[in-house]
Amino acid sequence: MLTKEQLESYWRENRNLMLLVLFIWAIVSYGAALISGLLNKIVIFGFPLGYYMGAQGSLIVFLLLIIFYAKSMDNIDKKYGVEEE
Amino acid sequence: MVDKGFVERLRKVYAIYTGGLILLLILLYIGEKLFNLSPVFIGYVFLFGTIAVYATIGIISRTGKVAEYYVAGRRVPAIFNGMATAADWMSAASFIGMAGALALQGYNGLAFIMGWTGGYVLLGVLIAPYLRKFGAYTIPDFLDARYGGKIPRLVGIVATIIVSFTYLTAQITGVGIIVSRLLGLPFEVGVFLGLAGILVCSFLGGMKAVTWTQVAQYIVLILAYLIPVTALSFKYTGNPISQISYGFALQGIEQKFAQLKDDPKEIEVREIHKKKAEELKAKIEALPASWEQGKKALEEKLKAMPAEDPKRAEIEKQLKEYPKSPQEAKEKWTEAMKKEQEASKPPKSYVAPPSDAKGMANFLALTLMLMLGTAGLPHVIMRFYTTPTVREARTSAGWALFFILLLYITAPAYAAFGRYEMLNLVGKAFSELPDWVQKWAKVNLISIKDLNGDGIVQFAEISIHPDMIVLATPEIAGLPYVIAGFVAAGGLAAALSTADGLLITISNAISHDLYYKIINPNLSPSTRVKIGKALLLVVALIGAYVASFRLAIIVELVAWAFSLAGASLFPALVLGIWDKRMNKQGAVAGIIVGLGVTMIYLYLSRFQGVELFGIKPIAAGIFGMPLNFIVALIVSRLTPPPPQQVQEFVDHIRYPKGAVKAGEEE
Repeated sequence: MLTKEQLESYWRENRNLMLLVLFIWAIVSYGAALISGLLNKIVIFGFPLGYYMGAQGSLIVFLLLIIFYAKSMDNIDKKYGVEEE
Repeated sequence: MVDKGFVERLRKVYAIYTGGLILLLILLYIGEKLFNLSPVFIGYVFLFGTIAVYATIGIISRTGKVAEYYVAGRRVPAIFNGMATAADWMSAASFIGMAGALALQGYNGLAFIMGWTGGYVLLGVLIAPYLRKFGAYTIPDFLDARYGGKIPRLVGIVATIIVSFTYLTAQITGVGIIVSRLLGLPFEVGVFLGLAGILVCSFLGGMKAVTWTQVAQYIVLILAYLIPVTALSFKYTGNPISQISYGFALQGIEQKFAQLKDDPKEIEVREIHKKKAEELKAKIEALPASWEQGKKALEEKLKAMPAEDPKRAEIEKQLKEYPKSPQEAKEKWTEAMKKEQEASKPPKSYVAPPSDAKGMANFLALTLMLMLGTAGLPHVIMRFYTTPTVREARTSAGWALFFILLLYITAPAYAAFGRYEMLNLVGKAFSELPDWVQKWAKVNLISIKDLNGDGIVQFAEISIHPDMIVLATPEIAGLPYVIAGFVAAGGLAAALSTADGLLITISNAISHDLYYKIINPNLSPSTRVKIGKALLLVVALIGAYVASFRLAIIVELVAWAFSLAGASLFPALVLGIWDKRMNKQGAVAGIIVGLGVTMIYLYLSRFQGVELFGIKPIAAGIFGMPLNFIVALIVSRLTPPPPQQVQEFVDHIRYPKGAVKAGEEE
């Protein structure tokens, strides 16, 4: 059994991680869309960056975010001893 | 617990299955080349071949156990749940329609690409692990346990059924269209053949059977999606990886657009469209008199013709398609007018974002609502109940997105190639159009009319249906018919897998949530499963019946489902997990306000022409969703906190193991 403080601290770490993940999630989708006109001036291998972010770039970041969150939560679970067998 | 041996066996079975699939493709290819197998024969092999495989899996997975029927025994490993979720999620629209929409809309279409993938971040971080820890069967189960009582459960049931049923009808329609195209049968026959295909997957084995057929369907649909575009990319660039090679097409499209903008011939055709739009506008303003005149004119023309005139058939057809009432005429003509107006404008840049603030506001709102809707759709959330552990639920969201991305990051390549190929037609003489244009023109997926009579194709003379882009790619790439047939089988797999996921979600909402939990809690487990199966059959038949009418509104309703789910279920789920102080009063008030405001805006914007900040009906939830959160927070703070046991329940779902007493796992 964990103490009340430990439970709260576990949840706080989880919440901060969640906020970080959603912050990046918002930046690569909405943030990039808002300035996509500017980003389109940068062209890499024929891809205007603003269009690319909406078509593929943000999607790849989404996947990395989920993996990052799952891995970090694994570590937090272990730290507090609440991981499943 | 994750069973390692089980995972190994699954890997082996699906590897053999994939090998068999590739072997079938090769055999059919040889048959096509050596024995001239007809396209309809190949179509039958694909249709009955794939459905026979799904049926076999369905029969092997038959079950009478409650936990297997509802949540596949909670032993689906993350990677396979990822594949099943991807198939569950990607519908006929993702498979056939999305790349086309992107090709026609350019940057604006990216709202769907980002929206339908970004939602998985929300699911994986905010919702899925906690619902898995709770460990029930449905969303209404969660709402009941978290908020207490029958009202939250009922609200959950109603939202689940409304959202899922419209979606189901659209999938059955999709199945009907694909089957009828593949075999050359009438649409209604296609619907009921497809219905059989849907039922064999889910009827006997519930969620367990659906899960394992969805994995098989995913493999079909992803291979069918990747093969044509890979070949086309290789044909264009020598690089088979379409996802990184399409940059040249983007540049080509932009250059061609710049040329076409001020081309005198293009301007001439645009003027013709403009005139047509004005004529339609005059007709709409003169309703209902113009409707009667038009009808009379056609009838008199028919009367004046001698009975043996070959042109009679054409007039009869026109008369048959003529609007049945002034109301219908208004709808049809307005739509045609908008199309003409669109065609009268110079082409917009393919890669540039909306240039005005209103366009951008709608783009952002739509993207957000599609994401929140994705994270709130019951049939997707249900899949996360099937993993063995909380940890696997988190990983599974990653796998699901990975398998979805294989298709979604390929769609922009399809779109760019399709658009590029369309632009290559411009400037050609009508006599030298490629064969595939003639073929798809016959089924009205592409139309090129020489409006200014110069014998040369202008861009403004081409009009294409979004479905065309994916369907015609095998021929544009010069692939054999086998691949075109396989693409249809892929579309079918996409529609079937989604239909099955929806069907089981709806029948569970009625049999488990409504009948067992509210009306008659004294049912034995085996009776519960039997009732579930009976309802599955009934819901499927009703779905097919509604689909057979082919209502135009269905497509729109599906798009609205995201706004409705995002503005009703999503906030209630997130607040239930992340805000301990949230109570029943707050959640119910939030859902009612969120759903109500969204429906009112939908009605006003779709039927009364109201438009706030440029928001279109499809993104209607952008007003209701934040109001849901705000009302829920305010009301919950003004009313007493939830009882002690609910607070313990929140603690229980927040920690993967221990810390608090166990939940109601069966």
